[in-house]
Amino acid sequence: MLEIRNICKSFGDLDVLKNIDLTVNKGDVIAILGPSGSGKTTLLRCINFLERADSGTMKFDEDVFDLHNASRKEIASVRRRTGFVFQNYNLFANKTALENVTEGLIVARHMKKAEAEEIGRKCLDKVGLSERYHYFPSKLSGGQQQRVAIARAIAANPEVIMFDEPTSALDPELIGEVLSVMKELAEEGMTMLVVTHEINFARNVSNKVIFMENGVIVEENDSKSFFENPREERIRTFIQNINREN
Amino acid sequence: MSDRIITILVNSFGSLLLAGLKMTIPLAVISFSIGLVIALFTALVQTANIPVLRKLARFYVWIIRGTPMMVQLFVVYFGLPSIGILLSSFVSAVLVFSISVGAYCSETVRAAIESVPHGQIEAGYCVGMNYWQIMYRIVIPQALRTAFPPLSNSLIGLVKDTSLAYSISIVEIMATAQRIATRTYDYFLLYIEAAFVYLIFCTFLQWLQRYLERKLEALR
Repeated sequence: MLEIRNICKSFGDLDVLKNIDLTVNKGDVIAILGPSGSGKTTLLRCINFLERADSGTMKFDEDVFDLHNASRKEIASVRRRTGFVFQNYNLFANKTALENVTEGLIVARHMKKAEAEEIGRKCLDKVGLSERYHYFPSKLSGGQQQRVAIARAIAANPEVIMFDEPTSALDPELIGEVLSVMKELAEEGMTMLVVTHEINFARNVSNKVIFMENGVIVEENDSKSFFENPREERIRTFIQNINREN
Repeated sequence: MSDRIITILVNSFGSLLLAGLKMTIPLAVISFSIGLVIALFTALVQTANIPVLRKLARFYVWIIRGTPMMVQLFVVYFGLPSIGILLSSFVSAVLVFSISVGAYCSETVRAAIESVPHGQIEAGYCVGMNYWQIMYRIVIPQALRTAFPPLSNSLIGLVKDTSLAYSISIVEIMATAQRIATRTYDYFLLYIEAAFVYLIFCTFLQWLQRYLERKLEALR
């Protein structure tokens, strides 16, 4: 469904992404692991043009996009078909939970308010927030805010959702509620790209794991083999370190 | 206190209050409203980084903040006629005050816009909104809320600064006090009374500000 080829990106002298290729099939749940500064977040941000790549192409179903030179119209078309969940939730602070979900539908997709609200309520119900429609973000816990953000991302029925460290800003006891919503989405067949440090999510929910370091993909494997039979020495030390921590 | 003083105070108080209601407040409110529109526009062309307009906005803010309002008033009211532009004193005052307020408030508004976390703008893009939709629906409402206290400050400042319009023969509170004083020779009394009338108006505005801030807070 998504074929990304030769994506490069540097910030000044620092090469953050070095010729990365990535193929995503429909229904894939891909966990992207790696130390901080390895380029994981930048990769996601380049895919929906929050960051302009220096070069690279992306084939999205039948459409081909130049990741450096895409027009405004092409960017809009990619964003229309993708959802994005941020580490810091980034909810609209002046909108209620429900309005956060309906805003894009009404303003960007010109949906009727009543119709958008019906979808909004359904999405919030799905993430377990049926009691919180009219709460402002400041009145919600971090876990609830992130679930509103997920509801906002799924509202427009995207073909793929990108999660950028969705649980990294959360208190440990709130991580579970967000992960279980993500697990549910995965089980329903949603295509997901998840930058994460949650090893258990990578091991148990995702079907593929990508390990990045210094702007390159060190290993790309199905989850089972990644953890049980890693090909690269680097991955073996990585897994040993995690096992030691747990 | 002698009966004479009391009579003067009582008789002049009505005139001063009336001058405030008929001239000072309308002058301040009209100028401030126009100034706010200018401020918003000036702030937006800077944050949106529109090439030529951004430079112009910086230039405008630089000039206005760097010159006294009194001089600006004189340039417009006494100076412009010599190049054939004749404006009434009221129009001159509104022009100068709104341009001045616009420059100062544009910095307030710009700072408030920049205080809205950038992540919300990115989130707006991700749900398909464009820059101006995000500005109008997400950023500006939050920015104005943040800017409300400093903007109230500017309004209160402007109410007092309208006394400068006295110098271009606008009959507001200050001019009214002056006129009565030249007749009765009670300068001290009349100027104190004028100060008191300004205080009444500004106290009301401060009270209004606190009331509206509480209302805004409830919306969060």
